[in-house]
Amino acid sequence: MTDIVLDVRNLRVEFPTRKGVLTAVDDISLQIRRGEILGMVGESGAGKSMTGMAILGLLEPPGRIASGSIHLSGDRIDGLNDREMQQVRGRRIGAIFQDPLTSLNPLFRVGDQLVETIRLHTALDKTQARARAIELMREVGIPAVEERIDNYPHQFSGGMRQRIVIALALCAEPELIVADEPTTALDVSIQAQITALLKRLCRERGTAVMLVTHDMGVIAETADRVAVMYAGRLAEVGPVEDVVRRPRHPYTDGLMGSIPSLRSEVEELRMIPGAMPRLDAIPPGCAFNPRCAHAGPRCRREVPRLAGTGATGAACWLATEGAVA
Amino acid sequence: MTIRSNAILEVDGLERRFDVSAPWLNRLIERKPRRTLRAVDGVDFVIQRGQTLALVGESGCGKSTIAKLVTGLHPPSGGAIRFHGDRDRLQMIFQDPFASLNPRWRVGRIIAEPLRTLRPGMDGAEVSARVDELLRTVGLSPADGLKFPHEFSGGQRQRISIARALAGEPEFLVCDEPTSALDVSVQAQVLNLMKRLQKEMGLTYLFISHDLSVVRHMADVIAVMYLGRIVEIQRTKDLFANPLHPYTRLLLETIPDLEAPQRDRAPMAGEVPSPVSPPAGCSFHPRCPIAFDRCRQERPQRRAAVHDRRVACFAAEEEGHGDV
Repeated sequence: MTDIVLDVRNLRVEFPTRKGVLTAVDDISLQIRRGEILGMVGESGAGKSMTGMAILGLLEPPGRIASGSIHLSGDRIDGLNDREMQQVRGRRIGAIFQDPLTSLNPLFRVGDQLVETIRLHTALDKTQARARAIELMREVGIPAVEERIDNYPHQFSGGMRQRIVIALALCAEPELIVADEPTTALDVSIQAQITALLKRLCRERGTAVMLVTHDMGVIAETADRVAVMYAGRLAEVGPVEDVVRRPRHPYTDGLMGSIPSLRSEVEELRMIPGAMPRLDAIPPGCAFNPRCAHAGPRCRREVPRLAGTGATGAACWLATEGAVA
Repeated sequence: MTIRSNAILEVDGLERRFDVSAPWLNRLIERKPRRTLRAVDGVDFVIQRGQTLALVGESGCGKSTIAKLVTGLHPPSGGAIRFHGDRDRLQMIFQDPFASLNPRWRVGRIIAEPLRTLRPGMDGAEVSARVDELLRTVGLSPADGLKFPHEFSGGQRQRISIARALAGEPEFLVCDEPTSALDVSVQAQVLNLMKRLQKEMGLTYLFISHDLSVVRHMADVIAVMYLGRIVEIQRTKDLFANPLHPYTRLLLETIPDLEAPQRDRAPMAGEVPSPVSPPAGCSFHPRCPIAFDRCRQERPQRRAAVHDRRVACFAAEEEGHGDV
């Protein structure tokens, strides 16, 4: 129990609208251990970012956590008010977003932003905080730190800015980092540098990382375990090797088949027909059934669920019970 | 000369410079010199009819500028673009299907626009019959012609862009990152559609992408670009089997490989330098693991002759790959 950092149980996020209540995240349970990277993957609108935002307590109203619980190292954090949540965010959970420019204040030197964050979350004085900032910048791989610490964000390249954002997220030595598409805005060679950095930090510090991305390649490269989301629900959870090589859910299988290979040539890519349903038009039963080649009557009737919490497996009648009648 | 005879597009020593100087008064007061950015710096390639040539590279390498030069959206600053076809039958598909469709027009009108311009003789009934046919070709239904772009998903919008491009009965399509804004399962649908159309209509593609796996699937020939220059051009199969330029090799090592998950790779160090002040000699030398003195002083020359494979690298040249 002790090494489970994040424990999400039966989380449901809802958006009340004039047309009715939309369920953006539907009954999700997952756990992340110390030093583990969990990849959350899915197409746009699948609910992967929404799950991250719910954990960070940053859901945009009218979005709300309708049911379920979120525990951080044993402490429940979903019912906290804004002030209490602010204490948790930054100190115990670090956040890294897609666009490093929106996470940095353009009017302040990066060093001052780091010092401010460090002093907010620790008892260090100004000089100590600056020394710590230099140490952190060096750790995330910024060259010539002493010269660059007093530069403004615009004086750094995209990759360097993302490194600074990672340094900011690390200021208070958080137990958990939620990284939402941290490499999407970056070129492949820079992307590789950033994922290698995340992996190293996670390994060295034992930080738990939730890596949200649409890029299966980044997940395969970085994550220990993967959670595949579809239409707000978990389709499949498992070790990265298993999910990538032996997907059990037909959606994961279709997703893997639709990615062009670097090794082999095919005349035609496998396609999943149709598109993911909108939140107001999720079909009864398994959300994937209209696009699934194996769907049977049961799939159109009953929602398949992953067995137990933190389990490995697929939410699919065919995979779990071998029959769809 | 047999290679040239079937060429639809020949690009020779193409250059495009942009003036990025400070305003005149600032230059005068702050004594700043004029500054030019060489977005495209001496590029040559040939595309054969019915084939796909892909330009691949990281952001800022000049690949999209080439698309704009070829389609005539920018005039070149130097070099020549020879198009052996009907200029009217050159069309373009853009990356962002949200920005490239007029939100106030119905889809039918969007697709009909090239018809009205290129075939002014067509009457209304003929135009709408053709629009219906085009919608079916790209996997939409004729009823979709009455809807507005916002009613469609990203993948469907890209199908509409393709239908519009096909309306002009093109022989040559410039596709600038056509699937980069799409989810992978939708990307597969669009890529399959583009391949099918190419086969059926004998289209030629200039395909621009940053994604090597997409390029491998689509292209017959791949040109790898770095800082405004083509560093290597080879047939797709050869490029993946035997990459010649160190940049290509590093790029191939860097991309995540689904067939080998959780690989601990050594990422390429450094970043792409500013194209305003590129390094002397070979512009890749600061990041190149095998650079030697000559690379720091001399720029590896592009070859004037057109070959199936070329590489601009002294190390590769010494291994005997420079001129095949």
